[in-house]
This record gives sequence, C-alpha cells and structure tokens, in this order.
Amino acid sequence: MSTPKNTVRLANVSRRRFLKGLAAGSAFILAARWDLALADQGDYGAAGMPGGWVDNPHVFIRIDDDGTVTIINHRAEMGQGIRTSLALVAADELGADWNRVNVEQAEADQDKYGNQNTDGSRSMRHWYQPMRRAAAGARKMLEQAAAKQWGVPVEDVETRVHEVVHKGSNRTLGFGELATSARNLEVPDTDSLSLKEDAQLRYIGRESGPVNGDLRNNDGRPPAIDGEDIVTGKAVYGADVMLDDMLYAVIARPPVLGAKVKSLDDTQAKAVRGVVKIFSTEGADMPASFNPLGGVAVVADNTWAAIRGRAALSIEWDRAAAGDNANYHSEDYRKTLETRAENAGKVVRDNGDINTALEQAAKRIQATYYMPHMAQAPIEPPVAIVLLKDGKAEAWAPVQHPHAARQGIAATLGIELTDVTLHQTLLGGGFGRKSKPDFVIEAARLAKEFEGRPVRVQWTREDDIQHAYFHAVSVDRLEASLDKDGKATGWLHRTLSPSIGSLFAEDPKHKGDFELGMGFNTMPFDIPAIRLENPEASAHTRIGWFRAVYNLPHAYAIQSFAAEMAAAAGRDHRDYLLELLGEPRKIHPEEFKDGWNYGEDPNTYPVDIGRMRTVVERATKEAGWGKDKRKGRGMGLAMHHSFVSYAAIVLDVEVDENGEVTVHRADIAFDCGQAVNPERVRSQLEGACVMGIGIALHSEVSFQNGEAVEKNFDGFSIPRMRNAPREIRVHLVNADGDAPMGGVGEPGLPPVAPALCNAIYAATGKRIRRLPVGNQLG
Amino acid sequence: MINLDINGQKHELDIPADMPLLWALRDIVKLTGTKFGCGIAQCGACTVHLDGEATRSCVTPVSSAEGKKVTTIEAMAEDEVGQRVQQAWLNLGVAQCGYCQGGQIMSATALLKANNRPNSTDIHNAMNGNLCRCGTYNRIVSAIEQAALAKEVKA
Repeated sequence: MSTPKNTVRLANVSRRRFLKGLAAGSAFILAARWDLALADQGDYGAAGMPGGWVDNPHVFIRIDDDGTVTIINHRAEMGQGIRTSLALVAADELGADWNRVNVEQAEADQDKYGNQNTDGSRSMRHWYQPMRRAAAGARKMLEQAAAKQWGVPVEDVETRVHEVVHKGSNRTLGFGELATSARNLEVPDTDSLSLKEDAQLRYIGRESGPVNGDLRNNDGRPPAIDGEDIVTGKAVYGADVMLDDMLYAVIARPPVLGAKVKSLDDTQAKAVRGVVKIFSTEGADMPASFNPLGGVAVVADNTWAAIRGRAALSIEWDRAAAGDNANYHSEDYRKTLETRAENAGKVVRDNGDINTALEQAAKRIQATYYMPHMAQAPIEPPVAIVLLKDGKAEAWAPVQHPHAARQGIAATLGIELTDVTLHQTLLGGGFGRKSKPDFVIEAARLAKEFEGRPVRVQWTREDDIQHAYFHAVSVDRLEASLDKDGKATGWLHRTLSPSIGSLFAEDPKHKGDFELGMGFNTMPFDIPAIRLENPEASAHTRIGWFRAVYNLPHAYAIQSFAAEMAAAAGRDHRDYLLELLGEPRKIHPEEFKDGWNYGEDPNTYPVDIGRMRTVVERATKEAGWGKDKRKGRGMGLAMHHSFVSYAAIVLDVEVDENGEVTVHRADIAFDCGQAVNPERVRSQLEGACVMGIGIALHSEVSFQNGEAVEKNFDGFSIPRMRNAPREIRVHLVNADGDAPMGGVGEPGLPPVAPALCNAIYAATGKRIRRLPVGNQLG
Repeated sequence: MINLDINGQKHELDIPADMPLLWALRDIVKLTGTKFGCGIAQCGACTVHLDGEATRSCVTPVSSAEGKKVTTIEAMAEDEVGQRVQQAWLNLGVAQCGYCQGGQIMSATALLKANNRPNSTDIHNAMNGNLCRCGTYNRIVSAIEQAALAKEVKA
C-alpha cells in the first residue's frame, strides 16, 4: 500500500494576490458576502478565507485520562466524510489508535475554529496542514510531559501508537496517563514542530473500504465514523433534534419571488387541532440575499398539525409586488437568451483573430446548448430550531455555513454574535442549499414570538423545490472553425446566464469573476483564435450555487461541442480532445484572464494540461475506448477541471427503441492530487456520477408566471436506482503523488452530463443540446 | 385514542386518526430514525414495516396502522436479517450523508425477508422507490447482494 509524499510545509503561504483587480468594484462586495473574498487581503487558500485557519492543539484535540482522544470537527458533514477524514489526519499525526478516537462536532465559532464555511470543495485542501500541525503540537506536548516525568531529554522519547516511549529504557506512558500534565504545558511554536515522515503514517492515504467492489483492500477500519449511527437510525440530523416544549412551524411563502400577502383568511386553519398561532411575516426587500421570503407562518404543537393548518389557509398574494418576476416563463426566457446569443456580448477573453479564423474556415460548425434551473433538493429538507431565552439564542441546524447562520440569528434578534450558540447537526445532504441560512433566520424570527420555547421551522419538499436558490438557467452558444484537415483554428463561445450576484446586489446581468472562472474563461484548448463573450442575462428568481455551480453548463457546452467538432472533422473524439488540449504544459490562470483560481495560489495551482491529458487517457483506457459496440450502444467521454482538480469520465450507454437510457458502466479518472481518504474520495465520485446522470436525463424546475411548476419529486425528478450505472469504476490518478490537493466534492459532477450526451450521440446519432434529455429520444 | 404497536411496544396516543404514521413516530413517539423526505411516497426515506411489509409511513394514516405491527429502523439491530443488512452497509461504506439510509435498509430488509436470494431485477424493483440524493445506489445493490450471501453461508 502506498502512502502520499510528505508535502506538508509548516508555514502557511502568504503571498500577495496576483490580481489586485479582484478586490475592486462590485466583485469584491459580492465575494465578501459569499465569503469568497479575502479576510486578509492577499492570502490564498485557507489563509484567504474569513476567519482563516487555526492550528492550536487545544482547539481541536482533547485527551481524557482514560486515553480517549477526542478530535473536534469544525466543518459541516453532509456526506463527504469530512468528520472521518480530517479526524484521520489528526489521529495519524498524533499517533492515536483510531479505535480510541471520538469525533465531536464543533459549534459555530469562527473566531475559535477559523473558517467553517463548508463550500467550494475546500475542507481538506485548506485544513490538512493546520490539522497536522495541531496534532503534531499535541504530540510534542505529550512527549514533553513524558520526558519531564522520566527526567530525560525530550529527544530521547518518541510517540508510538497511543503511547510515548523512552527509547533508552523502553518505558512507556499511555496518552491517558500523560493527558493531565501535557494539557498544562505551553503550546509549542509552530516552527519547533516536526511532522511525521510518510513511512510513519498509518491512516493518511490508506484504503479503508472496497476498491471498485473489491473487498480485499478493506483493512477492517470502517470507511466513515458515523456509519454505525446511520445504519441504526441513531444519527442526529437537523430534523432529529427533539426538545421539550418545542413548537413546530411551517410557512406559506410567496409563490413568486417578491410577492407579498395581500389578504389572509385563517379561520379554517385556526380550527385545525394542534395549531397554536398563525401570523404573517414580512419578506425581505430585494435583493433576497439570505433573508427569509416572508409569508404566513403556521405554528403548531406537531409538524402534521402545522402542515394541515397551512393547507387550510386562504391567502391572496399580491403578485404585482413581484414586478417583472411575476411574468417569468423559463421556456420563453430560454428563447430570449438563445436569440441574444446570436449577437456579440461583453468580451471576456480574446486571443488571436476570431473573425479571420471564422472567415477563412474550411468548415464552420455552430451549436447552442441549454441547461435549466435545478433545485439542490438535499434529501433532508431545510429545517432549523431556535430558542430565544433571557436575551440569548440557542439554535440547532444543519448548515454548511455556520457563521453566516449565527450572524443571521444575531441580526434578526438584535443580539450580539456571542449571545448566539449554534449547534451544528449532521446534514442530510447540502449541495449548496444549506450554505444559505434563510431557513435558520426564519426560525429566529418565530422564536422571537415565543420567547422561552424552542421553535422548529420545517420545510416540506414542496417548499424546498419551489423556494430553492436555483441553479441558474444557462444558454451557451459555440462556434468553431476547422481547417481543411479538420484542425480547430477558431473558437467563439458566448455564455448567458443570470449571476448569483443578483442575490446580493442590483442584478449585474453579467457573470462575475468567480462564475466565469468556473470553466468558462479557463477553457484550456490550444486553438489559435479564441473569443469568449458574456452577453447580458437577468435573474427572475433566487439564483444560488448548486454543487459545482457554473461549471455545470460550461462543461456541458464545451465538452459536448468538442465532440461535435470531432464528428465534424471525422475524427475519434478522444484523439481530437487530446489534440485540442495540446502539449502538456502548465498555464498561469492570468493567461485565461482568471483572477480567481478558486482562491488558490496560481503558482501552486496552475492550469495543468498534462493532468488533463492523463485523466482523459486513463478514463478511456480503463473503459476500453474504441471497442466496437452493438447497435444502440455507445461510449461518451468528457473532461473538466474545477476546484483545482481534474476529472474525466467515460460512460458506456445503451438507448433502446423507446428512448430509454441505460448506463452500463462509468469509468472515472480523477486527479485531486494527494488523497487522504481514497475510499471517501471514490464515494464522492460515484455519487457525482449518479447526480450528473440525473442532471442530464430529467432534472428541471421550470417557471410559469414566476412560479416553479415542479413542486415535489413527482415533478422534479432526481435519479433513482434504475438510472445509476450498473457499474461505476473510479480510477484515482496522482493520489499518492505530491501534486497539491484539489477539491473532491464538486469536480466529479461537471463532466457527467456532457459524457452522457456524447454517449447518446455515439449510440443513436442524436445530439442533445437542451437538457434535460427528457423525452427527446422517444 | 390511537393504539399502535411500535417495535413490540404498545402506545396509546391522543392524536388525530388521519395523522400520518411518520409524524406520529417522529413528533409524538420521538423515534426519529424514520425520516421525512417528500410526504407523498416518492422518496422512501420514511419506510417502515407494517406487519413486515415495507410501507411509506408519510402517506399511512395512523388509523390504518392500528392492529398491525409497526417496525422501524430502531428495531433493526435486534432483527437477524436487519443486522446482516446493517453489517453489509457498514462493510461497503454505503452511506454518504446517511439521511435516506434508514429507509433504504428497511426496504432492503423487507426484500430479503421475502426473498433471500434476490436477483438484480428483484433488487431494482424493491429499491426503486427509495431515493438517495448522494447517489449511493451501486453500493446499496452490492450491500444487498452481500447480505443475501451472508444468509447462505450461515444456512
């Protein structure tokens, strides 16, 4: 079994941002509100996040006298396994025995723990080094305590598994025996710490579960620390916190963003057994930001009574208050954007002479792609409890961004941040939905009405899908020129979608740096003339981030179009894609006009064409690319880099005469650099594959008269077992090398939909340019 | 009064007859392993056994559960088949966020009790009503197959 190279550096990087322009103008305001900006202007990675990083052992590690090691996890656990993986890092560096390690969830406290915003696939790459330093510090304190007790120089002792040994005499003291004396020692300087060599590591980089179905790699350690609680029903999610005297609320929210309650008749609702109180609550002024939408709250002594009470309400909505939003028809808007895409827009990147390239083309092809609105739809709908008592608030909620939730509660109740205690529960999925704390703020508002009693706001699935922070609709128009040999000479891409910026400020109508930087301006192909444009598009509902965000439409369009170019050139798609990528080389993001680079140092994290080529080559090789297939069967390939990781996927797909799509196998090659917990990396890629198939096949929320048409899983379809590939094989590339760590939770998703559409084309000759596939094959 | 037999315990509950079993279990009896996901029997997160049959508790009025044995995920650790299913789930690291997995395990256990050697079609038919937003379906299939084989080895 291999272990990763020791890439740990003791000092955190602190270099100036390479593009100061990022901090200028509206981009900064937006970014600051998303926590994407720089707490300490000029830092990258964890140091660039609000609250930064913390590596004090006392904050993250506690050792009891019985030897139990408790590791504090301060990131949100939503299925990515971070409670396991970060604890493994600390346990390994500390020398703890995993069987004697507990993981305790931190409360929201950015001052104490550093940044807790679990978003952007950042947890491991930002916290690997601080956690190792914290654990190395704790280990040193244990060694110092032992040396002191024995009266020997600290150099003569070392830590083995859960004990410290005097090398000369082989005397040992267990962690528990040393806990009290070690705890009172001074925390060692970071500079004085030495981290373990790779050969000394026991957990980091090791497999803990089956590898592509092969159980032989299982070393007996359960893949995830919460597994047993989950399978026995004991795991506590936001919805599972039960408090004495608790009230249960559901809210009837305006069906159109910005609409208000015009009149309310709650006579019948009040008659529902168990209903305690009904009242209107003000919606936020636009832009909506993280504020509640308002509406009518029904508070009851159980959830069912609240749901029934709400159903019995008679509400007339003032739709005119929603302005233009009330006229929003997503199907019409698609056509509007498609028409607009025919004209030039704001230039984002311009290399070479696109006009000449197009004029002189031996062959020109053009295609326009559409991706619809989607709801994140975590399987646990939003839910939160707030209790206001004696001027202090206590909250329980499944949130990706605990600090924002805590801030929201404090602002709503008019109390200090320090008077808010937020208990982070497990999240029943997040996917970006739970980084917006609107549902927690709703509970805070209701708590104000019932001082001394905890109030839970429960979202139903209808609430969740109708009032999501929707993935933006996107129209992407591409045009390419090919020379007489089919080689690409020009590439013109216009992308149009509303910006998430519209959530926080006056609608910018253009994508921000961090939105363009998600695979649009970083389009890596080696083509002499490239022009990238971003014409206007307005938002008509709440737009928010969804797992992988704008990488989804960008990858869908670019990776579909690359396959269309290959077909136009009469070439094999893989060979053509490799030709488009060009020679292995590392490109500074600035060359792509990308000043964001996911917040990472462009010198450590350049755009690496070599890594792209490698994942393409690996995925196609593993899939048996090029093998003849039966009629109605085809392989599709796509590659995308995002969150400073690289993913390529090949799907082997069958389309029957009724247009039913069966995915027989997925081969995913993934390079996130060093993988701390390969089994959980693999599980993320498997999940992304299934979610991506759903995005391609059937996930859409459409709008009529400003209102979401699909309201539950009977309308907004997410993948079922029959949609999943019969087999998913994940091939980790570079996992034990010394490439810098990249993201894991999101980057597997963007290439899935284009790979599926490319496979459908290979199987049927039909090109899908509008998602979802739906009944287009029937 | 509604009389329910939940995991072998009798409960006399002062609740409306039309309250879905899901909310009675969660809010009244405080058994929170059974989850709310959709409220319209589309996702299966609320799956329990009624006299051994996998049932969506979110659309089952408590009145229709009277006189039947209600079994929830909390009782699976005491159930021979349930234990095997849980162990297979752990062996294969099925769960990601885990929220739907109680319902998945209830459906899988009901399947294996009725059919101890399910083929792929049987598994898909029994499990297609259980959604997993994290996308753990492949491992669910593998875990059911493993749990079924564990039965054969024992027998």
